[in-house]
Amino acid sequence: MAVFEGLSTKLQDIVKKLKGKARVTEKDLKEVMRDIRMALLEADVNYKVVKEFTNTVTERALGSDVLESLTPGQQVIKIVNEEMTSLLGGTVSKLTYSPKPPTVYMLVGLQGAGKTTACGKLSNLLRKDGKKPLMVACDIYRPAAIKQLQVVGKQLDIPVYAEEDNKNAVNIANNAIKYAQKGGFDTVLVDTAGRLHVNEELMQELQDIKSKVKPMEVLLVVDAMTGQDAVNVAQSFSEEVGIDGVILTKLDGDTRGGAALTVKSVTGKPIKFASVGEKLNDIEPFYPDRMASRILGMGDVLSLIEKAQESFDEQKALELEKKIRAKGFDLNDFLDQMEEMKKMGPLDQLLGMIPGMNAKALQGLSVDEKKLDRIKAIIRSMTMKERSNPNIIDASRKKRIASGSGTGVQDVNRLLKDFEQINKMMKMMNQKGKKGFKGMKNMQFPF
Amino acid sequence: MGFFKKLKTGLSKTKENLFGRINKVVKGFSKVDEDLMEELEEILISADVGVVTTMEIMDELRDHIKTKKIKDPEKVPVELMEILKGLLTEKKYIDKPEQEKPNVILITGVNGAGKTTSIGKISRLMTERGKKVMIAAGDTFRAAAIEQLEIWAKRAKADFIHQREGSDPAAVIYDAIMAAKARNADYLICDTAGRLHNKKNLMMEMNKIFRVIMKELPDSRVETLLVIDATTGQNAVNQAEEFSRSIGVDGIILTKLDGTAKGGIIFSIYKQLNIPVKYIGVGEQIDDLEDFDEEMFVNALFESE
Ligand SMILES: Nc1nc2c(ncn2[C@@H]2O[C@H](COP(=O)(O)OP(=O)(O)OP(=O)(O)O)[C@@H](O)[C@H]2O)c(=O)[nH]1
Ligand SMILES: [Mg+2]
Repeated sequence: MAVFEGLSTKLQDIVKKLKGKARVTEKDLKEVMRDIRMALLEADVNYKVVKEFTNTVTERALGSDVLESLTPGQQVIKIVNEEMTSLLGGTVSKLTYSPKPPTVYMLVGLQGAGKTTACGKLSNLLRKDGKKPLMVACDIYRPAAIKQLQVVGKQLDIPVYAEEDNKNAVNIANNAIKYAQKGGFDTVLVDTAGRLHVNEELMQELQDIKSKVKPMEVLLVVDAMTGQDAVNVAQSFSEEVGIDGVILTKLDGDTRGGAALTVKSVTGKPIKFASVGEKLNDIEPFYPDRMASRILGMGDVLSLIEKAQESFDEQKALELEKKIRAKGFDLNDFLDQMEEMKKMGPLDQLLGMIPGMNAKALQGLSVDEKKLDRIKAIIRSMTMKERSNPNIIDASRKKRIASGSGTGVQDVNRLLKDFEQINKMMKMMNQKGKKGFKGMKNMQFPF
Repeated sequence: MGFFKKLKTGLSKTKENLFGRINKVVKGFSKVDEDLMEELEEILISADVGVVTTMEIMDELRDHIKTKKIKDPEKVPVELMEILKGLLTEKKYIDKPEQEKPNVILITGVNGAGKTTSIGKISRLMTERGKKVMIAAGDTFRAAAIEQLEIWAKRAKADFIHQREGSDPAAVIYDAIMAAKARNADYLICDTAGRLHNKKNLMMEMNKIFRVIMKELPDSRVETLLVIDATTGQNAVNQAEEFSRSIGVDGIILTKLDGTAKGGIIFSIYKQLNIPVKYIGVGEQIDDLEDFDEEMFVNALFESE
């Protein structure tokens, strides 16, 4: 969890770093990219892929109006997330079926990646989809590997084709296809032995199996915890065997899973499934957007940004800024601001979405929505004149406002005091020049 | 062929490769500058050393360059290697003294790291030294895990204790302890099911196995070894941390170094957790296990493919 918090904080820092800025320079952007680079490396994305990625993001950021935006930090992170999601495939990618059954799938990958388990899970999924799958045990090397697939088959009640005494995997695979055709199986899953991508002999074996059984899809099974070497693995399997998709395993761990980005960008092939547990139904479609957030370690920072953006109209904000410059900030603006906040949803929930903000810290800090409503009621009980010029609110007006809003004079007093303070802050910011409205986003509301 | 395999086939060639890479790194650098430093940084990052640890190491290198007034770019990679070697040798694995029989080795790690295979290899190491070895099938969960281990036990000429799939692993280990005592075994080597370190109940199960051993064999030497796949990225630190919390890891078996992965993550583990590497796995055959050699390991980081 330590890593998680670290990264979230980093991203939060990025937002902060750029938030108070009147103008974000290329230099600022460079600095931010450095942080993002570190975050990605820490998440195990290959360093070459990271370089390419940050270049793309920088270009896009410079090409767009991020730097002019009111919320450059958020904008940059949004671009990072969008780029990463699209790099990871954009949308969910499905398994394809051959028009001429049986459809053959081949599972390949390093030792210990999780091929056999994935083979069982995938068969299970296919059966749920109305298919009649057959699993084929082609790992003739690892002790008891055939037995493992047979046990999985028994657990699922899905047939397994095996030839215990045959020492030729190509041959076994070929026989299995014939067996499937005769037996009316419409899908065949070939489980192959784990192998190193540098083992020429065994890579050749995969090519041979492939040319024999002509699979619809060769699926590369990759351990989500893989580090920088994912680039070599993906490259070799992709170039020497040719792959059509990827299954990412052990995602129920706490790895960030940057290997996903590496593998996708090296092979260009979609990641189709996420394996998320030891049980035979622990398999899910792969969601690029979720994976992007996971790699970045953003918690729900993105949904927060999105919510904030939906409800916070930049145009309106600009108008407000102009108005403040010209006339100052009045209680109407205050009310508007509160409406904006309210639109984002319950405040404590909103705060909970901010990365680095842990549950414990939030416990003492209950955001009182009732209090917020009370403030709104008080302002609504004022006349327009009072709202734009609170100085005219004397004792009798206060009494009227209090009774109109169902509150007490003290409440009205407190609000006016809070408002005065905010107004002072606003003026100070205006005097500092262009800081203007951007600074206001840092403003503390009196609740 | 990976580096360690090559090592076996000829050291001279390796040396060539090693200095080949260093020469490649320093080539084009007439002076010690930031570009050179960046190049070296990249070597560490691409070996999974991790950003934070890499930056710490690079800072140290910068210090050395300053204090030793290093001007020759060729000397810089050598200096870096010295730092790395120092880091590893300083916290070298030291065998605990043997005590009453049986000596226990408890093997743990995440799924697919290479636990069962390593047990086969270690057992063989011991039986070759004339020791009586007993292997306990503590993985009662994964399909055919028991059968797999049994084959390794045969290959290693070790005794094999197991129960049925699905039985309580702590009970299997308890039985094995009794059998090891009764048969006067020198070594009891315990396999366990692969588990991800963030699964609370599975880590508790691991701790229970460990407690059974400590309770039944208070006067034996108990070594807890964590198997880490060299292909693993930064998550290996979390693994080491969590397994340590559960059973106090004494040493690491770094497997699959016969591939192209460098296993640089161990530097972070040494620095942050003080857990040294004891063995490395360099293949799927029974004799593909070696004692960890700090010097060779660091050389391999700088070796080109
Ligand atoms: N190339 C190579 N492969 C290895 C090495 N060690 C283990 N393997 C392979 O990695 C795969 C998994 O090894 P196992 O020993 O079954 O791993 P495990 O940790 O016991 O796996 P689970 O019990 O399923 O969690 C097998 O195919 C082994 O042959 C090694 O040092 N090099
Ligand atoms: Mg095992």
